Amino acid sequence: MEDNNLNYIENAIFEGVEDIKLSEELMEHIEKWKDKPGNLIMILHRVQQIFGYIPLNVAVKIAKELNIHLAKIYGVITFYHFFKTEKPGRHKISICMGTACYLKGAEKISDELQELLGIEIGQTTKDGLFTLETVRCIGCCGLAPVMTIDDEVYGNLKPEDIAGIISKYTNIKTGV
Amino acid sequence: MNNNVILVSNNSPHLYDKFQKLLTEKNLINKYQLKKFNTFGLNTYTSIIKIYPDKIIYVDSLENDIEEIVNDHLINGKIVKRLLYKNEHKNYLKSGPLPIYHKQLRLVLRNSGLIDPESIESYLSREGYRALAKILNNTTQDNVIDEIKISELRGRGGAGYPTWLKWNFTKQAQSDIKYIICNADEGDPGAYMDRSVLEGDPHSVIEGMIIAAFTVNANNGFIYIRAEYPLAIKRLEKAIKDAKEYGFLGKNILGTNFSFDIEIRLGAGAFVCGEETALISSIEGNRGMPRPRPPFPSTKGLWEKPTVINNVETLANIPLIILKGGDWYNKIGTEKSKGTKVFALTGKVKNSGLVEVPMGTSLREIIYDVGGGILNDNKFKAVQTGGPSGGVIPEDKLDTPISYESLNELGSIMGSGGMIVMDHTDCMVDVSKFYLQFSVDESCGKCSPCRIGGRQMLDLLTNISEGKSDESIIEKIEAISSAMQKASLCGLGQTAPNPVISTLKYFKDEYIDHIVNKKCISGKCKSLIVFEIDKNNCIGCHLCAIKCPVNAISGGKKEIHYIDQNKCIKCGLCFDACKFNAVIKS
Repeated sequence: MEDNNLNYIENAIFEGVEDIKLSEELMEHIEKWKDKPGNLIMILHRVQQIFGYIPLNVAVKIAKELNIHLAKIYGVITFYHFFKTEKPGRHKISICMGTACYLKGAEKISDELQELLGIEIGQTTKDGLFTLETVRCIGCCGLAPVMTIDDEVYGNLKPEDIAGIISKYTNIKTGV
Repeated sequence: MNNNVILVSNNSPHLYDKFQKLLTEKNLINKYQLKKFNTFGLNTYTSIIKIYPDKIIYVDSLENDIEEIVNDHLINGKIVKRLLYKNEHKNYLKSGPLPIYHKQLRLVLRNSGLIDPESIESYLSREGYRALAKILNNTTQDNVIDEIKISELRGRGGAGYPTWLKWNFTKQAQSDIKYIICNADEGDPGAYMDRSVLEGDPHSVIEGMIIAAFTVNANNGFIYIRAEYPLAIKRLEKAIKDAKEYGFLGKNILGTNFSFDIEIRLGAGAFVCGEETALISSIEGNRGMPRPRPPFPSTKGLWEKPTVINNVETLANIPLIILKGGDWYNKIGTEKSKGTKVFALTGKVKNSGLVEVPMGTSLREIIYDVGGGILNDNKFKAVQTGGPSGGVIPEDKLDTPISYESLNELGSIMGSGGMIVMDHTDCMVDVSKFYLQFSVDESCGKCSPCRIGGRQMLDLLTNISEGKSDESIIEKIEAISSAMQKASLCGLGQTAPNPVISTLKYFKDEYIDHIVNKKCISGKCKSLIVFEIDKNNCIGCHLCAIKCPVNAISGGKKEIHYIDQNKCIKCGLCFDACKFNAVIKS
């Protein structure tokens, strides 16, 4: 009975979702993992690598490909911090909130960023340029407090450094 | 042989490129060997450049400085003094054993920084895969177990379970299929030992896994690693591929009938997945929730099959024990804790970095001799070991020799190796709130003592930090702690109260100060601080009022200013801005 309910809800979602054609590369990846036990997380990692998050229509596609419930996929996505369900901004700013960074003033860095960008942790700026998030520890404790923008690491930060760093990325966009 | 060598730390590839460009331009490229090296231990610098045979170390150089180094040093033989690595007395130091290496014994980190982690030949040249060859040649599985038993190696993930026992259980379990798992889900904030080993010497871990597999009859292995460590993943992938090509992994290893293969599985940012049963769920593709033990993974683990789960550091020790013998290893360390331990020494300490010391080294030696003492010569307050599952250790216990037992007695744990130094500006209530917040965020929610107890305790601590509590609160905290320790399903919940219990044990006065006097002497608990203007020092420069984000500061030019306490949000910007010490924090 429960399973019937689930199927009913699932079908309703499936019908409301626009179909998406996945790239050949992603389909190959899914094909490669399809028959391996414990494949779901490895497939989701690739999806997030490509899209920056796990779009609903892609999740629906995977549910069909792997023949598992959409609920199972969302159970996994929402359990792990790494997986996102919303589209992130062009640049990802991650403030390290590991212990060393926390003790050396990561909160002030976080306050400054929130104030400058006008968003809270976990949000994306309206222009879609920046997403702000905190991370546990990126293993650069010697440089605390640390933040990363995309793959670039900024260490030994002071609140007054932030505006200058951010402007590098806004300038790229406007071409100034 | 050309002994003019320039080593550039691998955290600054742009400097390496710049060197290459300039050396080529100036026709020096054949005169110097330009190489990258792993910045081990000394990672408080953004870049390190070492020049041999002059033994000169330059630190914190920027791209523009490279030209000066090439022109002045390499061409004219004039040292660039302003970039030299200096000790705390401002004397510059030549390359050689740096102070941070004193008292260290590098076994697990034996190759890190010395070999090229992306080259299997480089590992082979340092006795790599020699241990594997040795056991495949003329050793039985029982011999291996005996050797590990004699070494008394214990799990480096934190709990310290004897490694040989784990292996023996899996070896004895009856099953056609068995697994080896390497736990590289290093989640403790402020710890990065495993990452450094995997990035600096991935083959040592792989060799350890192969030896474990041979010993317990496993044919498949998994390395479960955090997705947040892309470089470590890349190097592991390369190392696995190379090991296969050389015949150390795959079918019929080194011509024997033993076959073993390793796959990488990525974590996805869940601290609880460091717990072995949760980790197994995660590899199986599910939510990473722990399950009750027994049955233990050694008999019923991944896909219900017998599974050995070892931490990165544990596995990196294995080849060394096989090569040098359990007896040799057993001589290092204390009576019950053998070998060395790698710590990530961070926080308010002069030399942050990875430190590997023999068990039995005292905390004081690590912090003062290896770490160089407290940053800015501030007053030491406490050192935290074991992360969110551990506790704080105060000054009068600093001479304790480190071992699994001694740290437990002090109310902390060895843990995976995070070691965070705190000074007098750190508030113990705030610190325990920080750790508890972490455990509450990371609780998987399966069992109620952890899910509800953690949340309740965090609320109580928040009340303390906001001055909204009375003395009865301590009793409540103790009751919840005890319930969580006894009734939680896994290690996360059982140990989550440790930071709170240990700070209460050693710094009760500070709690009482918050609760009764509504005071936070270190000024960390915002609700309890008041910012005021010192009328004698204020010259009316108006800088504080300009900085104040909520316009809480009033006063005209050259007049004494005033902070409106109702508007003040206690951000501290005025305190930082004032150049005349006229803003007082109390």
